[in-house]
Amino acid sequence: MSEQLVECLRDLPNYLGWHMLLSVSALAVGLAFSVPLGIAVSRRPKLAELTQGVAGVIQTVPSLALLVLMVPLLGGRTGFWPAFVALILYSILPILANTVIGLRGVDPVLIEAGQGLGMNDRELLRKVQLPLAAPVIIGGVRTATVLVVGTATLVTPVGGTSLGNYIFGGLETSDYVATVFGCVLAAVLAIVMDQLVRLFELAAKNRNRRLAWIGAAGLLVILAAGLYGPISGLVSPPPEYVAGAPFTEQHIRTEVMKEKLRSAGFAVEQRKGMGEGVQFLALRGNQIDCCINYTGNIWAVLMKEKESAERQVLYEKVSRFLRERYGVICLGKLGFQNAYALAMNSKRAEELLGSDRRQWTVSRLAEQTRRRSVSVSGDLQFFRRLEWRQLRDRYALRFREKKEADPTLMYGAVRDGEVDVIVAYTSDGRIERYGLVLLEDDLRVLPSYDAILLVSGKAAAKPGFIDALKPLVRDGGAINDATMQEANRQVDVEGKSPRRVGLELLQAIEARHKESGGR
Amino acid sequence: MIVLEQVSKKYDAGHLAVCEVSLRVPAGQLLVLLGGSGCGKTTTLKMINRLVEPTSGRIEVDGRDVRSVDPVQLRRGIGYVLQGSALFPHMTVAENIAVVPRLLNWPAERIEKRVDELLRLVHLPPDEYRGRMPQQLSGGQQQRVGFARALAAGPKVMLLDEPFGALDPVTRDELRNEFLQIRRQLGLTAVMVTHDMTEALLSADLIAVMNAGRLLRLGTPRELLTRPGDDFVAALMSSPKRQADQVEALVAEQGNGEPL
Repeated sequence: MSEQLVECLRDLPNYLGWHMLLSVSALAVGLAFSVPLGIAVSRRPKLAELTQGVAGVIQTVPSLALLVLMVPLLGGRTGFWPAFVALILYSILPILANTVIGLRGVDPVLIEAGQGLGMNDRELLRKVQLPLAAPVIIGGVRTATVLVVGTATLVTPVGGTSLGNYIFGGLETSDYVATVFGCVLAAVLAIVMDQLVRLFELAAKNRNRRLAWIGAAGLLVILAAGLYGPISGLVSPPPEYVAGAPFTEQHIRTEVMKEKLRSAGFAVEQRKGMGEGVQFLALRGNQIDCCINYTGNIWAVLMKEKESAERQVLYEKVSRFLRERYGVICLGKLGFQNAYALAMNSKRAEELLGSDRRQWTVSRLAEQTRRRSVSVSGDLQFFRRLEWRQLRDRYALRFREKKEADPTLMYGAVRDGEVDVIVAYTSDGRIERYGLVLLEDDLRVLPSYDAILLVSGKAAAKPGFIDALKPLVRDGGAINDATMQEANRQVDVEGKSPRRVGLELLQAIEARHKESGGR
Repeated sequence: MIVLEQVSKKYDAGHLAVCEVSLRVPAGQLLVLLGGSGCGKTTTLKMINRLVEPTSGRIEVDGRDVRSVDPVQLRRGIGYVLQGSALFPHMTVAENIAVVPRLLNWPAERIEKRVDELLRLVHLPPDEYRGRMPQQLSGGQQQRVGFARALAAGPKVMLLDEPFGALDPVTRDELRNEFLQIRRQLGLTAVMVTHDMTEALLSADLIAVMNAGRLLRLGTPRELLTRPGDDFVAALMSSPKRQADQVEALVAEQGNGEPL
């Protein structure tokens, strides 16, 4: 079996368990809420219109955005709860709409018959309206089931655990085995749950109670299996949470931190693929214990500083800011930078900027952008960041076309000449591999982006926690830019697992320490 | 006994559906509400079991003002038969018949016994029909179950809204005769809505002719035939006779044309 598949299977009980728990519980709550609401509004056409309108609006919010919005709405909570609430909201419309349609579709003659025979409203509902509307309502539940199981794969960026972790983790590290593994499992789960719900439909149609019991039992089994995650959390002491943002380097470095903490006797749980913003919220709120961030990132995004500063000064200011403002401890630098830089393939650079490599600067590029048609591509957030506005205004960059792309795709695009310039991450292994050149930021507009190890206030107080991680930042960090780039390349280009590369990196760090300690 | 005094129904839009109708159905008699579509006959019927609340006037069933009784309780004591039977499609024949006994919380054995008894009364062998679904029955069989359902809790009063309307003529005659027999046997007081003059003449102890929300004439079939007292009623009353004459003429014509 391939190394990647073995990695996947290791996480299966946890990911699948949480996915099942999340889906079944969100559906159950959605059902318990939507059917009574549907009943209540079905007799008042105007109110029904209004509620369905509101539910419809919720449905039009892209699922990922709804998930991310739940984090601030729940006071910065990350993980299970925002995911749970968002999925409940998502399940409402199909069930609500079908309840209203189903109840309205009941033949008025039968309602009159029920009333004429002396049923009160409740008896009429229970004995006539609901049974007759049941197939339509269950149809809505089936739609909601497929929707919720599918959307549950998107909870990863808000720190939830689900099969989506395979998909996101796989996309971020170019591990397509994991991505396909996650997709297939999610699809299978959706089909199984849909068929279980369908049993209720068949039970109603064929007046067969046994089918309904089988369906209920099946769903209960899924719910029970889903309790694996939380129960294993109860049995063992609460783990330390290490989070990694959604890109290769973070996956590798997370493995390194996990290993260090494990060997110091901590039970470690990893939150993969959280968005950077969510990750920091979770750190502030003590929901995760440690993560890696970058000085320039904090500088521009949180401190909103416009002017760059000398590297060491910037580090110290960031460090102080984090401690004073959020109680987050900056343990130290890991040794490498992951800065933003403009990158081109060398052939195109020669065409645009001339053969003299000393001329390959952002200023020179800016001149060209004002004369010729030059296109640029950056990740999904860069063009909204302060750094971009600074860069554009200070150099007077006039790109003809600005494309936002997934970082994974951007490097290939610039290599193949589909785009002239990309906003690259300096530690990315593909820069060297694809023969890309970085343009010099000759006006020193961009800040430095030293990788720093951050620890939550709560975790810093745990005995031994900081000591376990300290070696990673000793003497300003043992991993330089080239080493990190090489490690990233091994994952992104060679397809090694982040775990394996991380362990090798840790060995390198320890060897370095032994060397320097011995000297 | 059913008594209506000056009963009117005005809908929100201002349309006067029923206007000051007064009538009296003595115990054990069948009154037919007769008239064309939209004449107010069905609204009048539904006011008796409070499916429609009158705007003014007073209705008494067995000496009690219906407004003094909880409508749900009132309806459980009054049999109700609708056009096309309106059986619940998700319930078996037995479950349909058992609806009211169940609402009254009868014990299971008593319900079971009662269902079989009623199925025999409407000439459907219990063993064969108990477990069937309504879709598996013919129109006539469905309406037999509809009668059984209305009779389940042993009401003394019955309301019927065009009960034979959706049936073919042969089934209709057969079922009507059976119903009239059962009604007499059980001594039921009944009000039945129809627009079929022949049916009215053949069924009723009393006929109430309605038009445009008003009661035009109330009397026995004989009284109405002999002294209609109103052009509309006269035309209405003579229609079965007229039809019979036409049919007779047709038979005579064909008799002439065809050699025997």
